[in-house]
This record gives sequence, C-alpha cells and structure tokens, in this order.
Amino acid sequence: MKRAAVVTRVIDPAALIAEVQSPEFGAISLFVGTVRDVNDGRSVTALDYSAYVNMAESELAAILDEAEVNFGVGAIAIEHRIGALALGEVSVAIASTHAHRRPAIECTRFIIEEIKSRVPIWKLEHYADGAREWVDPTRAIGEAAL
Amino acid sequence: MVTVQLFASYAEALGGSTLQIPFENGTRVADLVRSIRALPGGRSVPPSPRVAINRKFATAEQLIRKDDEIAVIPPVAGG
Repeated sequence: MKRAAVVTRVIDPAALIAEVQSPEFGAISLFVGTVRDVNDGRSVTALDYSAYVNMAESELAAILDEAEVNFGVGAIAIEHRIGALALGEVSVAIASTHAHRRPAIECTRFIIEEIKSRVPIWKLEHYADGAREWVDPTRAIGEAAL
Repeated sequence: MVTVQLFASYAEALGGSTLQIPFENGTRVADLVRSIRALPGGRSVPPSPRVAINRKFATAEQLIRKDDEIAVIPPVAGG
C-alpha cells in the first residue's frame, strides 16, 4: 500500500498510522511537520502553502517508488496540505512501515528530504510586522535551515 | 506561442499565473527562460531556474514542443 496526496483539509496523523498499520510490520515511522511561529528570527503569524498540484502529486508518486526500492518498506502514506494554515497546524505527515525500525525511520527521513528538495510546493509567510515573503530555502544554505 | 505556467514569487513578479511566449521549432528551455527574463518583472526569474516540461524537471538544452505543459518552478519550500 502506497499513497501520496496534496490535500486542502486538516491532516490527521493518526489516520495515516491506521492506514499503514499491519501485523506484518513491526515498525511504523511517523514524521509530522507543523507551522512554526518563528523563521529566520522573524515572528510568523500565518502561512499560505500553494502547489503545482499535478506535478507535486507525480513527484510524490516518484518519491514513493524510489523509497520502496531503496528501503524495501511495506506501506507508506504521505499527505501534504496546501492553503492557509494557522500556527501549529500540520503541513505534512509521512508514515512508513517495515518489519524493522531502521528502514522505516530511514525511509521517512528520505521522503521528507526529497519533498523539501523537489516537490513543487511553496510557502508564503505572513509576519507579525505585516510583511509577507515567499520562503526561499536556497537562500538559507549554510544556515539554520539545514 | 506556448503557454508557460508560473507559481508563487514568479507569478507575482510577472503579474499572472500564465504567460504566452513566442515559440518556433528548435526553441530550447534556455531560450524560453531568456524570453521570460526580458519581460517586465522577469528579472525575478534567475538565469537558470528549474523548468518542468510535462511535469518533469527539464534541462536547459531540452527542446520545447508545441503542446508541452511548461512551468517555471521557483525554489520549493514544502514540508
């Protein structure tokens, strides 16, 4: 079972766990990304995520295929939310399963790193001082973002 | 002409989510980028941005075909 989707509703990490859970797997690794209140020293009040949805879903599908080959995982579910998100809300959740913990954890790590480098999703941050800015991680290389 | 999709900061800088760009046989991704950068606001697009053709990342030398789905991809920030 492998599934990846870009969604516009609230993400329920427990639902992803339930989706991938099976007695044949001894490990479920879950990553949950949430909206943080500070970025680069600025106070963030809200976020808007947008995407090139068709390509984002095809890149996510490609990442799923690569993850299956690389880690031999059993089941994977990924959801990335777009639209307006409030502080603390879940933006992305990944659940990977395997018979053993190490491949499950490594698979989840692989998937979130690939999402951050190649899935066409963008983040518009709104700041407490009224300013707004598109987040550009390529400007933060060598800084805290890594 | 071919239709080019823009997103996020590039769409804001160029004033819309699609552009019509002149096209002839032999036009490469790099030529398309040069045309976009010559438009008002086009300098927000770097000289070698990521470009997707039919939902896959393309090289600068890749040839454009008339019915391709083309998008210029700003630095991604998912997660």
